[in-house]
Amino acid sequence: MFGRLVYESFRRQKRRKLLAGVAITLGVGVATAMIAVATDIGDKISRELRTYGANLIVTPQEDTLDVQIGGVDLEPPSDGAYLNEADLPKIKGMFWRNNIVGFAPMLPVSVRVNDEADAKTVTLLGTYFSKRLTFGKEDFVTGVRITHPWWKVRGAWPDDNSSDVLLGEGLATKLGRKAGDEIKIADEAHRVVGILSTGGAEDNQIVAPLALVQQVLGKPGAVRRVYVSALTKPEDAFARRDPQTLRGAEYDRWYCSPYAASIAFQLQEAIPHSHAEQIRQIAQNEGTVLSRIKGLMLLVTLAALFASALAVSAAMATAIFERRTEVGLMKALGAGSASLAALLFAEALLLALIGGVVGFAGGALLARQIGRSIFDSQITIEPVLFPVILAIAVIVTFAGSAVAIRRAVKFDPVYALRGEA
Amino acid sequence: MSSLQSSDLINRRSHKPHTSMFLRMLMRAAVLRRGRAASALLAMVVAAAVATAMLNLYVDVQAKLRKEFRNYGANVVVVGKDGQPLPADALTKAESALAGHGLAVPFAYIVARTSDGQSVVVAGTDLDQVRKLDSWWSVTAWPNTSKDALLGTRAAAVVSPEGKPFDLSFQGHLIHLNPVGTLRTGASEDSRIYLSLEDFENWTGVQPSTIEIAASGSSEEINALIQQLSQALPGANVRPIRQIMEGEARVLGKTRATLAAAASLIIATAALCVLSTLIGWVFDRRRDFAIMKALGASEGLISGFFAAEAAALGAVGALIGFGIGVAVAAWIGRVNFHAPVVPRFNVLPIVFVGSIAVALISAVLPIFLLRRVQPAMILRGE
Repeated sequence: MFGRLVYESFRRQKRRKLLAGVAITLGVGVATAMIAVATDIGDKISRELRTYGANLIVTPQEDTLDVQIGGVDLEPPSDGAYLNEADLPKIKGMFWRNNIVGFAPMLPVSVRVNDEADAKTVTLLGTYFSKRLTFGKEDFVTGVRITHPWWKVRGAWPDDNSSDVLLGEGLATKLGRKAGDEIKIADEAHRVVGILSTGGAEDNQIVAPLALVQQVLGKPGAVRRVYVSALTKPEDAFARRDPQTLRGAEYDRWYCSPYAASIAFQLQEAIPHSHAEQIRQIAQNEGTVLSRIKGLMLLVTLAALFASALAVSAAMATAIFERRTEVGLMKALGAGSASLAALLFAEALLLALIGGVVGFAGGALLARQIGRSIFDSQITIEPVLFPVILAIAVIVTFAGSAVAIRRAVKFDPVYALRGEA
Repeated sequence: MSSLQSSDLINRRSHKPHTSMFLRMLMRAAVLRRGRAASALLAMVVAAAVATAMLNLYVDVQAKLRKEFRNYGANVVVVGKDGQPLPADALTKAESALAGHGLAVPFAYIVARTSDGQSVVVAGTDLDQVRKLDSWWSVTAWPNTSKDALLGTRAAAVVSPEGKPFDLSFQGHLIHLNPVGTLRTGASEDSRIYLSLEDFENWTGVQPSTIEIAASGSSEEINALIQQLSQALPGANVRPIRQIMEGEARVLGKTRATLAAAASLIIATAALCVLSTLIGWVFDRRRDFAIMKALGASEGLISGFFAAEAAALGAVGALIGFGIGVAVAAWIGRVNFHAPVVPRFNVLPIVFVGSIAVALISAVLPIFLLRRVQPAMILRGE
């Protein structure tokens, strides 16, 4: 009988059930989408923060002092130590390899640009643009196009295996060259494929594939420094501890957390004779910005949960209030308060479950859509979210119905049937 | 003539009691069915509050995040053309162009020699200002007396490995410096020695060649500032630091877009809540509707009555909700950004009009459905 009552109630009152069901579905959908976005936003924003460029730098251990003002090497070190280019792919073999977004080696040398009349000394910078490397079975692409996203090129980017070069904007104006022209570097003609604009010192330099610069310098495999762009966890008190003083489990925890400091430590292990350090301007501020945005989204998610809980309770209260004649009739026929409440709660439960499942699916789609349209990447929905969302839907629906059910059950059937409620 | 007059009279009579009756019905409806009216008003208030808080946050979050982004330091740099020093009044001009919306810090650089002939870059600057501009500098101790120097970690290893006082020479002039602290940034600052501008100028006579500016504001405001500075300082090169500007624009844009998506979802949910509550409320009163109709009220009048009721509810709800919403936004600002979100009164008309519109829709919709039903049917409880 109980089952039949519930079944018939759903079959015959489609409109009312639909209204309440839609409210629950939408509420659950919004809640799911917001929770999914909020849990993933940290990851997404920390990827966006990588547009600030590299947050780690690797230099040779025995490095000489930079004599550099405003990014211009005044006395380009002609000697001193170098890193070995062959060691670089090992970065992708580290524990936190998946957090390495990209890296770019740099090798500056000063060269004479031979213009018929006047020869000029300029800095020639060798780097990877978008180089394909292999480590083990893994293939990956890295270079300044990933680590320095604010570099803009008019014309084309040179191929990493070519001998084409990019000319800095300022230097191009001074020399009167444009994309497609030729330039003589150290007595050899090279094609300028693009004009580079960075807003930094590179605007007055020539940027070329690393192999070309190594050849000019006469030191194959030499790299002066490597910029590494890594996804890191905001630094906390634990991150600032010296790994040397940590013991056993603590050391493991430090080593296995993607702090900038521990990734720097691992970079040092991966590349022999190197010194890795975080670029504090980028690495330190990332954490604050990230935690602010995460905090904001968390609070907004709370607001969303609150609004959807309210919408669900309002819809349930209305749905139950509308049925007081029916309740009155049942009471007049001798139904007890307990069995009436059980019936109404069973209906609410069924609605919550259906609305919860449909709403979860809709919310997941919505979250994906938000991820794709805003961040150009997928927002992953943790499967563990499903039971949590379903439980929330049931609890909220019950809480929303409770007051209305109590009132409906307490009604004097006479008033209810006469329509005087 | 007389028939015209009498119809005029009837018209007036039928209008005059209408207005007072109309108001009376509105008031009584609210007072007599207090519970239902209160729950409808509550839904309205909550929805308006949530909408206000979200809109306020959306408008204000840009300013709040910009402040956080200024921790990245300078976004505009002024350098003398071809390495020339800047004119002496450059800093004053830059500061007046900023008008308090940011920091301008002068830097002067030279290459000095250590006692054993090593080249090292020495910078003179306003150390108190640098401390505010470059908050990420990790410094063991800031210099505060004359001849005190701040040493980059790599420079320290070269010039003063044991922390002892050291000598530097520049074009034959010697200076004896006292290392008080070390500086670690992970960038070129690590290879430099920093002095106060006063010491630096007394020693070298070199004027600042660079001004680093951390300007707050939108990218249009910063571009305007760059224009203004280039005109005021014709001998200098004023350029934005693209790395900082572009990163900021991107992260800010994405955050705003996410917040906009969240805000529209939340506002839609709140509107839905109002809709279902109000529809229930009006539906519940179909007997009133039937009685009015049976007593000869026109459909227009009845619709007008319910619409006016809904509009009044929407207006009251919007005003109360606005107050609560502003408080919620301020609280979120304080919790997350340690600065309250400023109330934006230009949000009020949007919330006001939006609330009334949602209320009207939810009142008119059930009326539209009930119009086709005979009053007798409703009164008989069918």
